[in-house]
Amino acid sequence: MKQFIVELINDRFMIAAVLLFGLGFMNLLLQKNLIKKIIGFNVMDSSIFLFLASQGYINGRIAPIITNGVFDAEVYINPIPSGLVLTGIVVSVSVTAFFLALTVRLYGIYKTVDFDEIMLLINKEAE
Amino acid sequence: MLPYYYNIPAVSILLCMISGISIPLLSSGRRAYRLTLFVSATVTLLSALLMYKVIPLNEYFTYMMGHFPAPWGNELSAGPLEAMMGFIFGLVMFLSLLGGSMTLFHDILPGKQKFYFTMMNMLMAALLAMTYTNDLFTGYVFIEISTIAACAIVVARDTPKTIGSTIRYLAISLLGSGLFLIGVVLLYCITGHLLMPNIQTQVLRLVSTGLYTVPLTVVAGLLFVGIAIKSALFPFGAWLPMAHGGATTTSSAVLSGLVLKGYIVMLIKIFYRVFTIDVIRDLNVTNIMFACGLAGMIYGSIEAFREEHIKRMLAHSSMAQIGYIFMGIGLDVNLGVAAAFLQIMVHAFVKPLLFLCAGRLSEVYDHEKSSYRLRGSAHKDWVAGIGFTIGAMSMVGIPLLGGFAAKFYLVTSAMMNPAKLWPALITLMISAVMNALYYMPEVIAIWTRCELCTPNPVESNLGFDLISAPLLASGVIFLGLNGYTMIQVIQRGLALL
Amino acid sequence: MNIETNFFKRLNDWVNGEADRLFPELHETDAPKPPEPVATIGPLPNKDVLFLTSYQAVALIVVIGMVSILLYTVYKLPLFGVADNPAVNEVVERYVEKGLEETGAVNVVAGMILDYRAFDTLGESSVLLLAITSVMMLLLKDEKNTDPDEELIEAHEAVIEDHNRDMILQTMTIILMPAIMLYGIYVILNGHLSPGGGFSGGAILGAGLILFASGFGHNRVKKFFNMKTFRTLTTIALLGYGVLKTYSFLLGANHLPTGIPLGTPGAIFSSGLIFVLDICVGLIVACTMYGFFSVFSRGEI
Repeated sequence: MKQFIVELINDRFMIAAVLLFGLGFMNLLLQKNLIKKIIGFNVMDSSIFLFLASQGYINGRIAPIITNGVFDAEVYINPIPSGLVLTGIVVSVSVTAFFLALTVRLYGIYKTVDFDEIMLLINKEAE
Repeated sequence: MLPYYYNIPAVSILLCMISGISIPLLSSGRRAYRLTLFVSATVTLLSALLMYKVIPLNEYFTYMMGHFPAPWGNELSAGPLEAMMGFIFGLVMFLSLLGGSMTLFHDILPGKQKFYFTMMNMLMAALLAMTYTNDLFTGYVFIEISTIAACAIVVARDTPKTIGSTIRYLAISLLGSGLFLIGVVLLYCITGHLLMPNIQTQVLRLVSTGLYTVPLTVVAGLLFVGIAIKSALFPFGAWLPMAHGGATTTSSAVLSGLVLKGYIVMLIKIFYRVFTIDVIRDLNVTNIMFACGLAGMIYGSIEAFREEHIKRMLAHSSMAQIGYIFMGIGLDVNLGVAAAFLQIMVHAFVKPLLFLCAGRLSEVYDHEKSSYRLRGSAHKDWVAGIGFTIGAMSMVGIPLLGGFAAKFYLVTSAMMNPAKLWPALITLMISAVMNALYYMPEVIAIWTRCELCTPNPVESNLGFDLISAPLLASGVIFLGLNGYTMIQVIQRGLALL
Repeated sequence: MNIETNFFKRLNDWVNGEADRLFPELHETDAPKPPEPVATIGPLPNKDVLFLTSYQAVALIVVIGMVSILLYTVYKLPLFGVADNPAVNEVVERYVEKGLEETGAVNVVAGMILDYRAFDTLGESSVLLLAITSVMMLLLKDEKNTDPDEELIEAHEAVIEDHNRDMILQTMTIILMPAIMLYGIYVILNGHLSPGGGFSGGAILGAGLILFASGFGHNRVKKFFNMKTFRTLTTIALLGYGVLKTYSFLLGANHLPTGIPLGTPGAIFSSGLIFVLDICVGLIVACTMYGFFSVFSRGEI
């Protein structure tokens, strides 16, 4: 039991990331309000970045910028997750902007950000 | 010094990207259109050259993107299968653009046409990169590019309805890419690599030592579900009909014919090059694929049968066809995967042909999309009528056409796996009958003369009449006549993956 | 007393979104009429309610299932922060130990994203181009997304805004703007030497431009940064990235030297292409950030 709790505390970042992922995923699926859907998507993506960044960290090591001419790989943390997080953030920003632009247009047409209402109105128009 | 044709994959991807980037500098949408046509034609020719070189030699090669080899730098990898997919992507993109150009310039505002072609070029680059990549994370980046570009070409038409369907398409696609990303991340955590061959070594080591079995299963599941969402496999594909049915003709053709296939080709490549197909079969992922594929075939057919709107009907039928592909991969025999690949190729020709012809036919009656109201339209535009008939007959599975060859090999491979034989056969039969039930009335309707209707004068579109429709139709016929040869080539290609 | 409680009630309403403006009486003269709703929908039919409820239930089950699977997976994963997890392998070793020698970048992450894995980063920069293109596709003003009445109201508001600029904002902008711009340029130019690089520096530059635009209005920005400059800068920066990297990819794959000197490690003009690529990326990011702001707020750049 003690072992389990120690492991739980040790893995806190990853556990938090998974919980946040679930939270974001649920918001993306269930929120009616488009803006809240977008926030959910951002929470989801950020949780993945938290997960990735926590995977790169190694206790007691420093950021991967060569200092004082020390080239030993034992001194620095893993640089790869940092690079991947950077890529992920840019992608997430871009997608968010596109999503928001779509929302702005729909709001301009239907004067609401409730997605269910919008879909009903669209279907009504089609009939 | 490398043989010169090793450079073709990288050159085609970078050519598409650079032309996409430079389109904002051009002065008008027409010029952007010509540049896009030129680029896709070049990609087609280059891929044809690559095919000509690698298929006879049965060669598979990796290509460094930069100065650093496998575990350190990005890499591409290509062989016969990738070359064929590159050729089909280029050719069908070219033909769809050419065939749908009139509707395209009619549907999209002049000020926004350049943006549309930027998207098209980037979409092409993303499709090629997803096919050629040897690196999972590059795969993720280009999946995102193709998501944004695909949504943007749907929304380019700019009606309230397309905006609504795009937002749903985007939201569901983002779920898919989120799952894919977390899959890649977990895989990186347990293997420490991002390049496919290196991951494979680690995965095989993990499987043999029994370490991290749970994470490995979860990763395989996440990658599969992520891609299944994007390629509209049955329970995840609810977004497809609205998005594909509402877009402008060229976009529908490209989305249904190519974009869905790009993801599946990448999934097959991941299965073979990252996990190896035996591990995937041991993890039971193929069984889930098989079940979803069968359900998708039935669901897509029923929905298509109930649909009035011709483009949405074609989109529902795409869902059924995606079901065939996943069923083929799920059959657990190598011939099944080859048959699925043949189905991918056939569908890449048939669906754009059907969409383009339906678009042309609906122009006869004021862009009226209800199939009942298209009566007699084929007499006004007989090229589109014949094209639609050939496409529909291939869908139903008339011999000598591509659809028949693909279904024939699917059945043959089902025979090789007794455990899955009966479900596969029965579903294939039901789906084939349903196909005939919804395609044939359509064909009869367009050829039935209608005395009371008032057709519009049809503007002839030489690109469509002389190049697009004949080439797409002959592609379907070619695949139907050479099914055996194609299966041989595909099987040899799969063995190299 | 009355005014104060009144104020808190108003604030409360305004925060909750029930009132449009905090002080409606100040805006009475130029307040646009609230737009008529296009159509209204009645109560949902029973069928749809059933569908929505079942959809929510299924989604909830799916998410809970997924989270528990992922939690179990995390429990099985290598521990956090230990040095012997599978991700720390020969790849990391080479990036850290040989990175400076091979790429010339002191910042290993910059060396990784702009040299070892530069193809990903090319894709990533194109994602930004795609995003701004799609936003422009949707929101740039054209006959489909504008109507003349709203146009008039907006033009009217813009004139009022131009005459009533916020003095605090303007003064602070004048003080902060040079520092922000300088800092952004510093972060970009030192991308290969210290934390930062094109993406973060570009975001800082973009933020500076946005601050200036909110302090002094779009028209002032337009004098030096209009649609044409925006288009030219983004395209040329991204083209520069694409062409330079194509050159380096093709030569690298064919095992030929690029002939680009790496320079002295640690010097500002060092690390070969990475320095130039950082500048390209910085320009793209700065333009895109300002582009988002401008297109979202005004429908033009």
